[in-house]
Amino acid sequence: MFSFIVKRALSAVPTLLFLIIFSFVLMRLAPGGPFTSEKPLPPQVLANIEAKYGLDQPWLVQIWNYVSGIVTQFDFGPSFRYKDQTVNSILSQGFSVTLVYGFWSFVVAVGVGMPLGIIAAIKHNSWLDYLAVGISIGAQVLPNFVMAPLLVILFTLVLGWLPGGGWNGGQWQYIIMPVIALSTSYMASISRIARSSMLEVLHSNFIRTAKAKGLPMSSIIMKHAIKPALLPVVSYLGPAFVGMITGSVIIDVYFSTGGMGQYFVDAATNRDYSLLMGATIIFGSLTILFNMLADIVYAWLDPKIRLA
Amino acid sequence: MLVSKEKMAGVVDAVSNNKEIEGRSLWQDAIGRFQRNKAAVVSVFVLAFMVIWSFIGPALSPWSYEEIDWNVIGNAAAAGFPSLETGHFFGTDDLGRDIYARTLQGTQISLLVGLVGTAVAVIIGVLFGATAGYVGGRVDNYMMRFVDFLMSIPYMFILIILFVMFGRSLWLLFAGLGAFAWMDMARIVRGQTLSIKNKEYIEASVAAGVGGFTIIMRHVLPNLLGIVAVYTTLLIPGLIMTESFISFLGLGVQEPLTSWGALISDGAKTIQYGTPWQLLFPLGFFIVGLFCFYFIGDGLRDALDPKDR
Repeated sequence: MFSFIVKRALSAVPTLLFLIIFSFVLMRLAPGGPFTSEKPLPPQVLANIEAKYGLDQPWLVQIWNYVSGIVTQFDFGPSFRYKDQTVNSILSQGFSVTLVYGFWSFVVAVGVGMPLGIIAAIKHNSWLDYLAVGISIGAQVLPNFVMAPLLVILFTLVLGWLPGGGWNGGQWQYIIMPVIALSTSYMASISRIARSSMLEVLHSNFIRTAKAKGLPMSSIIMKHAIKPALLPVVSYLGPAFVGMITGSVIIDVYFSTGGMGQYFVDAATNRDYSLLMGATIIFGSLTILFNMLADIVYAWLDPKIRLA
Repeated sequence: MLVSKEKMAGVVDAVSNNKEIEGRSLWQDAIGRFQRNKAAVVSVFVLAFMVIWSFIGPALSPWSYEEIDWNVIGNAAAAGFPSLETGHFFGTDDLGRDIYARTLQGTQISLLVGLVGTAVAVIIGVLFGATAGYVGGRVDNYMMRFVDFLMSIPYMFILIILFVMFGRSLWLLFAGLGAFAWMDMARIVRGQTLSIKNKEYIEASVAAGVGGFTIIMRHVLPNLLGIVAVYTTLLIPGLIMTESFISFLGLGVQEPLTSWGALISDGAKTIQYGTPWQLLFPLGFFIVGLFCFYFIGDGLRDALDPKDR
C-alpha cells in the first residue's frame, strides 16, 4: 500500500510541471501583453516595467524563477493588474470562499447521492427507486449553469427567500444556492452509479450464498454488499471533484461570490499573466491531488489494483 | 457408400429447392432492438425536427438573428415580450434582437460544434486507441500512459486560456473541444481492440500476409463500429455542454453568432429585469436537445452493446 502511494504521488509531479510550463509558454506566445494599452507606453518605460517583472529575461530563466519561487516560498509573484496586491493575497481571499461552498457541494453530492442510489437499489422497483432514477435522468441536462438561473428565478424572484448573489462573509443564506447549483448534477450521477453497481452486486453469487446461509438482509448489505458496490462510485469521485472545481468558475461568476473562479475569469480577460497562472496552478494542483486521493482510496478498497 | 444415386439426387434436389433461410445480421438485430426503445425513436424524430426547424424556421420570421428592432431597444421588458403581431415569436433581448431567430441560429451553432468537435475526438481517439491496442506491448504502454497523463490535466482552464489568448473563433472551438475529448474514446477503443486482435480472423489475415495498417482499417475498425457509435452519441451532448459552459462565461462563439450557452448566459444575466422569455426559450431547446441525444445514446447502447443488457 505504501509503495503504491509513493508511486502514485511521484507520477503526479510531471503532470503538475507540464501544466505550469504549458500555461506559461501559452501566455508568452499570446499576442498582446498585460502592458499593451490603448495609449502605447514610451519604449523606455515599457522596458523598465518589463525589467521590474522580469519579463526581459529569457523564457527558461523566467520559468525557472517562477517554479522555484512557488516550490521554495509558495510565492506566485506580484499581480500585473492589481498593483498593490500579490497573487497570493488575491488567491487566498478567493480560495477561502471557494473552499466553503465547494466542500458543502461535495458533501451534498456524496452524502445525498450515495445513500439515494444504494437505497434505490435495495428497494428495487419501488417508488423510491423510480424517484431516484427520475432525478438522475432529469439532472443530466441540468448542469450548474442551467441550475443557477433557475434557482434564482425560484428562490429569489418568485419566493423571495434567498439573496440572488453575493457572499457576505459566508452566511448560510448565501451558501445554499451555490451549493445546490453546483452539486445537483453530480449528486444525480453518483446516485445513478451507486444504484447500478449495488444492483449488480446484489445479484451476484456471493450475496446469494450469504442469503442462503441465513444472514439477515441488513448485515448482508453492510458486511458484504456495500464495499464492492462503492468501487465504481469511488472511481467517479475524482472526475466529479474536477467537474465541481471547473463548475465553481460558473458559480463565482454568476452568483458574484468572490471565489477563485471570478478572479480566474477577470485575470483571463485582463491578461493578468501572474494571477491567471496562479489560479490555473492552484486549480490544477487541486485536480491532480484529488485524482490521486481517489486512486489511493480505490486501491485501498480494491486489492487487485494495489497489488498489481 | 451404399446410398443409392437416386436417393442422393433427391437430397440434393430438396436442399437446392428449399428457400434459403434468411439470416439476420447483427445490425438487423440491433436496429430491431433500437426500434423497440420508444424514447430513443421519439428522440430521433424530435431531433430531426429540431434540425430541420433550425434551418427552415428563420425564413418564417420577419427578423434575422442580428437585426435590431429599434422600437424595442432598451425597453425589452415592456415591449419585447413574445407576440405574433410584432413578429417576435419568442420575444426580444435588451438590444431588440429577435430571440426566435437567435435561438434557431444558436441551435445550428451548438449542434455544429457538438458534431464537429465529436468528429475530431472520434477520429483521433479511434486511430490512437486502435493503434495502441493492436500494436500492444511497450508502445501500448507508453501510449496509454500519455492518455492517463492528458486526462489528469484540468483541460477546461487551458481551453479558457486558449480562448482568451487567441481570440474567439469557431475553428478554435472545434479543435479545442475535439483535442480534449478523445481520451475516453481512445481507452474504450483500445480495450475493444485488445479483445478483437486475438480472434481467428485476424490470425488468418496475418497468416495471409496482410499488413498491419490494412488489418486495422479493414478488420479491426469495422468491428469497433458498434461501441464507437454508442460513445459518439454520448459524446455529442457532452461537448454541447462544454461549449455552453464556455459560452456562459462570455467566451466561445463571437457575436452576432450565438449558441445555446451564449443565449442562456444572456438570459440568465437579465432575469431580474423581467424578461424571462430570454432565458426560457433557449433553455427549452437546450434541455430538449440534450435529452434527445442521451435517449438516443441509451437506445444505441442497449441495441449495440449486448454486455449491458
